[in-house]
Amino acid sequence: MQTSWVPFVPPSASTLSGKVDALYFYLSGVTIFFTLLISGVLIFFVIKYRRRTPYEIPRPIAGSHKLETLWSVIPFIIAMSMFAWGAQLFFENSRPPKNAVEIYVVGKQWMWKIQHSTGQREINELHVPMGRKIKLIMTTEDVIHDFFIPAFRIKTDVIPGRYTTQWFEATKPGRYYLFCAEYCGMNHSGMIGSVVVMDPTEFDSWLGGNASQQSPAVAGQQLFETLGCISCHGAKGEGGRGPALAGVFDRQVFLSNGQNIKADEAYIRESIVNPQAKLVSGFGPIMPTFQGQVSEEQLMQILAFIKSLQIQTPGAATSGAPPATASPATRPESGGR
Amino acid sequence: MAESYAVEHEASHPGLQHHFANMEQQREAGTLGMWVFLVTEIMFFGGMFLAYTLYRSKYPEAFAVASNHLDIKLGAVNTAVLILSSLTMAMAVFSTQIGRLRAQVVYLALTIVLGLVFLGIKAVEYHEKYVDHLIPGTLIPGNPFNPHLELPTGVSMRHVEMFYWIYFAMTGMHAVHMVIGIGIMSVLLYFAAKGRFSPEYHSPVEVSGLYWHFVDIVWIFLFPLLYLLGRHLGGHAG
Amino acid sequence: METFVPPVPSRINYLNAQYGLKSWLLTKDHKRIALLYLGSISVFFLIGGLYAMFIRLELLTPQADLLQSTTYNKVFTQHGIIMVFFFLIPSIPATLGNFLIPMMIGAKDLAFPRINLLSWYIYMLGGIVTIYALLAGGVDTGWTFYTPFSTTFSNSYVVATGLGIFINGFSSILTGLNFIVTIHTMRAPGMTWFRLPLFIWSHYATSLIMILGTPVIAITILLLAFERLAHIGIFDPAVGGDPILFQHLFWFYSHPAVYIMVLPGMGVISELIANFSRKNIFGYSFVAFSSLAIAVFGFLVWGHHLFVAGQSLYAGMIFSFLSFAVAIPSAIKVFNWTATLYKASISYDTPMLYALGFIGLFTIGGMTGLFVAALATDVHLSDTYFVVAHFHYIMVGGTLLAYLGGLHYWWPKISGRMYPEGWGRFAALIIFVGFHLTFMPQFILGYMGMPRRYHVYPPEFQVLHVLSTAGASILGVGLLIPLVYLIWSMRYGKIAEGNPWHLPGLEWRTQSPPPTENFEYTPIVTWEAYEFAPPEEMQVVGKFRNEVVERS
Repeated sequence: MQTSWVPFVPPSASTLSGKVDALYFYLSGVTIFFTLLISGVLIFFVIKYRRRTPYEIPRPIAGSHKLETLWSVIPFIIAMSMFAWGAQLFFENSRPPKNAVEIYVVGKQWMWKIQHSTGQREINELHVPMGRKIKLIMTTEDVIHDFFIPAFRIKTDVIPGRYTTQWFEATKPGRYYLFCAEYCGMNHSGMIGSVVVMDPTEFDSWLGGNASQQSPAVAGQQLFETLGCISCHGAKGEGGRGPALAGVFDRQVFLSNGQNIKADEAYIRESIVNPQAKLVSGFGPIMPTFQGQVSEEQLMQILAFIKSLQIQTPGAATSGAPPATASPATRPESGGR
Repeated sequence: MAESYAVEHEASHPGLQHHFANMEQQREAGTLGMWVFLVTEIMFFGGMFLAYTLYRSKYPEAFAVASNHLDIKLGAVNTAVLILSSLTMAMAVFSTQIGRLRAQVVYLALTIVLGLVFLGIKAVEYHEKYVDHLIPGTLIPGNPFNPHLELPTGVSMRHVEMFYWIYFAMTGMHAVHMVIGIGIMSVLLYFAAKGRFSPEYHSPVEVSGLYWHFVDIVWIFLFPLLYLLGRHLGGHAG
Repeated sequence: METFVPPVPSRINYLNAQYGLKSWLLTKDHKRIALLYLGSISVFFLIGGLYAMFIRLELLTPQADLLQSTTYNKVFTQHGIIMVFFFLIPSIPATLGNFLIPMMIGAKDLAFPRINLLSWYIYMLGGIVTIYALLAGGVDTGWTFYTPFSTTFSNSYVVATGLGIFINGFSSILTGLNFIVTIHTMRAPGMTWFRLPLFIWSHYATSLIMILGTPVIAITILLLAFERLAHIGIFDPAVGGDPILFQHLFWFYSHPAVYIMVLPGMGVISELIANFSRKNIFGYSFVAFSSLAIAVFGFLVWGHHLFVAGQSLYAGMIFSFLSFAVAIPSAIKVFNWTATLYKASISYDTPMLYALGFIGLFTIGGMTGLFVAALATDVHLSDTYFVVAHFHYIMVGGTLLAYLGGLHYWWPKISGRMYPEGWGRFAALIIFVGFHLTFMPQFILGYMGMPRRYHVYPPEFQVLHVLSTAGASILGVGLLIPLVYLIWSMRYGKIAEGNPWHLPGLEWRTQSPPPTENFEYTPIVTWEAYEFAPPEEMQVVGKFRNEVVERS
């Protein structure tokens, strides 16, 4: 494994690593400074003011409002600087960029199952190209795990029943550790894997060399048919008794309870396993639940398929038709397309 | 540095515990102790109220359906019974404070009776749930959760069951506190009958009264939250 | 200055006032109850320490060679459970707090002596149930019991262990209740709030947390048990429940719990610093109020355990901000303690060495908390050895050192004997060195990426692990030394006078060991906290006032 030239620090292999390290060095510097300061002052006082005669009583000093203010305000300001820096970096890194390459991750006791959007599957290894933004869409089949890549300075828990995401952009080719960082049972220590960062061209050929595998979107399309989704949603997601799904991903959806929400990965997954939770306005609660009938990986494949569905060309959608059938669910005011 | 003086121990009331300086301090300590204890009880019940609030907001229709199958008549009677018992408890404390020791005994006995009535009605309700197969999970072997409920479309039986878990957990915990309360009242009744309490020494009665009122207040929150959900939607009783 | 000759103590004290097992097991005397706790807490500490030894031995090598995986998982889980619930939370309050609070305020006992005894029995019951669960097969969920692993996937004694912890919680609640009522209602005449020793302020703040927080863990454990036994579904996403709800409920108590662990330690340190430098604490009221501030703010920061757990971004921001805010009162205390030493008269007795060690180690522990309070660094450091090092610096370097310092300081009062000073200083030094060697490498391991709760790890981490285990061996030896000499001193130690350190606190104004009622007469307090005076003016209250008896 690669080691960093800076001692005590893991390799820096992502665009985030250096920024987190900078904050870490700041925090370390302040900590070392205050530790040395307090220890130094303590040692100095303890020697200079040691007891010289057995029953001596030094003059009492009640306190000093000035000093109290000084050593409340200055630490507070320093603390706020640390908070602000940490929060800003966290915030800027929290939203995966829109054009990121998506990779699906499913954790389970005690391995990571990874699938690229071209279909390539991996177990405990994640190959990624350097210099491209990668978004991981993750869940778990059983207990909570955590996908931790120290070299990239990122980690996020994977939670049953939900999707969590994190993103990164790798900057240096190499092989880096992948750890599970949430205790998950017997072989928690055994979930050690690697992230392999490759040159973009090498990566493309690596990916291409394994094209025999089905992409998740294609697998999802097959599931879409075999599970009977097309009977209500249409083979191309054009809608029918159920809302249209073409182009729905990442759009606003108007719900029967009056709320307006974004159709993200979590919403789509939830609508498959618990359809009545968020009913689209104008549609009845007739969709059955598929909880227990599809695995997490299959859910991700269906998700990939739905994301791939585009809105049909303008001629296909009838603008005069009632919103319940042809167009994606929109607010009634905006009318048909 | 000033000299320290010393204070002799006062001549004491027979009810004075040896570590207290006087009855006033003892009474103050006992009352504050009970208030602090009640704060811990609020935190304890609070966790369950949180779980209820969370899941009710997630599954409002399921909770409304489930709540409609509770017996609102019995629940309302129980509420009245408990409020009445708090009145008799307050009268017991007041009687002690003004020296009406016979009235004190009567009121304490009435409080116990009303508490037992509450528990009896609760037992009837629980039995009804047993008969209707509404006891969640497999708590009763051989009688799993399997009610004949008409669920509106979109409502999951698992969420209805979750309501009943919360119902039994909260009313069950409340009932445990009622049983403890009745136990305390019985002990008080025994000592009251022996003339132990008086206007000078009534803090055990007062402090137990606080506990009783608290248990009552918990019920006053539980009743609407559990029994009165979605009644305006035209639910049917039991 | 003439040599001060202390009065001869009476032969009767709380230790020999009554003999026999029944007089101890049915005692209402807070001092005897404190000793009951001292014994049982020490036993649990040894058990927890034994588990720690196995952890460090296994971690000497990168492979799993000493223990099987499930066994290792049980070992670290049980180390955490025993140390947190059966040692750290009760240690200072139940031993030193129980013994000293009535004495420091001039009272004869706590407000509810029988409830105090009940607290100890509940503690023992909880402990026995937990030990039974450990012996029957143990639990492997981590002391944090995260769902759904603990509810659905773990094949271990989760409910039994949970029951033991549940029962033990009531011991904590009753102790806190007792302390609050005692401090409010039983202070001696003249003992106003601002004349109270800072030890009392800290224990008051601790008691507030105990009564408000502990019931929440009680209900959390109950819900966990119902979920595991009867699958009610509140933590199970397959039926609409939420595993993160458990984390919120758990940490709502467990974060304030760490303040239960450290606040009493800070109270001890205030006493040690003031009394071994014969000077009032600089900024007394700031230190007193900072204890309350820590108690309040401590309830507002639990979400910092969930930064990478799927909590919302904005919640994360708020919790991070509050986590920085809660550090400030602690910083204020450290500065005030240091300022107390300015122009003081400092002695190098063992308790003072522990106090100085505490300040240094707590500074490091507290400041490394900032690394994990900051969102961006916490993402990298969460669930790594950095966090392990951070909390051990505070709990071992902080609470444990304060406990040992306090035990040594009040040992003459508790036992009537002095501990051997040379051995005391030697052990303090060994403990300090061993501690640093154990936990400092773990900060580095953490940033390098070594996750928690791993017993198999990449080989390049081995050097740091070996250093850590070496330090743990030294620390272990260092901790055994006081155990030996304190027990030895109970029989063979130098007999202590009533006020061997010549201090103004009320607990020192009565004989050592004290009589059962603590004072011959109720003291009337006319002096401020930490008001030092020549020894002849700080005599025991009551019978021995104004009498200087010839020593035979």
